[in-house]
Amino acid sequence: MMNFNAVFMYLTGMDLGTFLQHLTNGISLGSLYALVAIGYTMVYGTLRLINFAHGDVFMMTTYFAFYGVSTFMMPWYVSFILAIILTGALGMLLEKWAYRPLRDAPKISIMISAIGASFLLENLAVVLFGGRPKAFPSVKILTDSIQLGSVSIQKLTFVIPIVTVIFLVGLLYLINHTKTGMAMRAVAKDYETAGIMGVNVNLTISQTFAIGSMLAAVGAIMWGLKFPQIAPLMGVMPGLKAFIAAVIGGIGNIKGAVIGGFILGIGEIMIVGFLPSLSGYRDAFAFIFLIVILLFKPTGITGEKIAEKV
Amino acid sequence: MLKIENLSVAYGGIEALKGISLEVEEGKIVTLVGANGAGKSTMLRSIVGLVKPKAGSITYQGKNLFAVKRHDLVKNGIALVPEGRRVFPDMTVLENLKIGAFTRKDHQEIKADLEWIYTLFPRLKEREWQAAGTLSGGEQQMLAVGRALMSRPKLLMMDEPSLGLAPLIIKDIFNIIRKIHSQGMTILLIEQNANAALHLADVGYVIETGRITLKGTGKELLDNEDVKKAYLGESVVAKK
Repeated sequence: MMNFNAVFMYLTGMDLGTFLQHLTNGISLGSLYALVAIGYTMVYGTLRLINFAHGDVFMMTTYFAFYGVSTFMMPWYVSFILAIILTGALGMLLEKWAYRPLRDAPKISIMISAIGASFLLENLAVVLFGGRPKAFPSVKILTDSIQLGSVSIQKLTFVIPIVTVIFLVGLLYLINHTKTGMAMRAVAKDYETAGIMGVNVNLTISQTFAIGSMLAAVGAIMWGLKFPQIAPLMGVMPGLKAFIAAVIGGIGNIKGAVIGGFILGIGEIMIVGFLPSLSGYRDAFAFIFLIVILLFKPTGITGEKIAEKV
Repeated sequence: MLKIENLSVAYGGIEALKGISLEVEEGKIVTLVGANGAGKSTMLRSIVGLVKPKAGSITYQGKNLFAVKRHDLVKNGIALVPEGRRVFPDMTVLENLKIGAFTRKDHQEIKADLEWIYTLFPRLKEREWQAAGTLSGGEQQMLAVGRALMSRPKLLMMDEPSLGLAPLIIKDIFNIIRKIHSQGMTILLIEQNANAALHLADVGYVIETGRITLKGTGKELLDNEDVKKAYLGESVVAKK
């Protein structure tokens, strides 16, 4: 073990313990990107729309959770669950008011509506919650550190990937093995035909938004616990990066979004870990990676099939 | 069963249907034949609410069909085999059939119907787990018909089931239509292949540029000189 460690250190300039610490950090950041990216990819798969307001929906969750704990004095778990449900409802309202009236309009109109919805949510948050950052409620049982050999790691670093995996398994089950999931897949492929088969298209699209938003909400709460400062514009950067993760993985594909999320999260942390002098360019990494992917594999890693036999 | 009266549809000022009337009686096969762009598909699309008519009415079992939501059509017993088949390519054959029974909750009956579909189309049984997108055109057409039947319709509407298929496969498909009909299904068949469709039909309508120009029994239309010239081609008729 000592030998391996020495070789590893010689090769990478980093000892194994530190490397593993970076890796777990990367996995937990990647999990958060993945949870948010799924919402982008599900909405894109259904409506061929980039839901620019998704990052702001993410931001709203943290405020819901914040007020639940601070103003309404709820226990953290009640407040968190309520925040997730409220976010699902917000996603459904967003679809109903901003996107449904434009469903048959040219794609550019609905995209502009998405940008408008994003600005609306951001500024609404400034008006309602104030522009000054607030402290996200801290939950000792989750944010404590544990000692592993020589390194101490926040419990959250392990909690995040576990929670993510649980929700992912649930989501994949829902999509592949339930009637609702079958309706979602059908609507995503061909909503006219799905409607003729008796699928309620409006309801199904609503459900897609609710699920995507709730997954983002789960991500937002864990984000708030990890980086406990919330502000009206906090959703912009995670939103953009999750969007990039979805594109890298192949937008429209849920597994792709998850893969993209992990690549981005781990990549970002490793760049900072191995090249600390570049840590100022941490955010640039995601965008450079996006450009490279778009140049060499524009449909993303999983690449949605373009040609289909008819 | 289904009654269309004075239906007019316009796409941005261009009239696709100029007041057509058509009736489908229970238990009959009614066919609407006509050339490309005559308005055949437009008529079907207005029945399922995919286009908004300018004027006219569609009643189904005495009910105004415009007031019925699209996803409630199957519950009322109307099923459509869409033009170009439109199977869900990423789903398996089985899933495609199951989505045909989406609004039904009688699981035992659904299973029985699935077996019935598989006896009609043994090919689909063999390919049960295959993605529908990997099937051949003819198999996809069978799947589209099977999917529509899974809703246990009272009225089965088919939009150009022979489109793009080889003559032998077309024969198969029409044999199946005949078989389904003999089990009591009412069928509205839209076809470009007038010869095959009219041989099958109890009642036929000929549509030209948005107007019904002829109506008669299948046999009458087959013998009609104008129909022969316009849709059948002398040689085809001569061979019969």
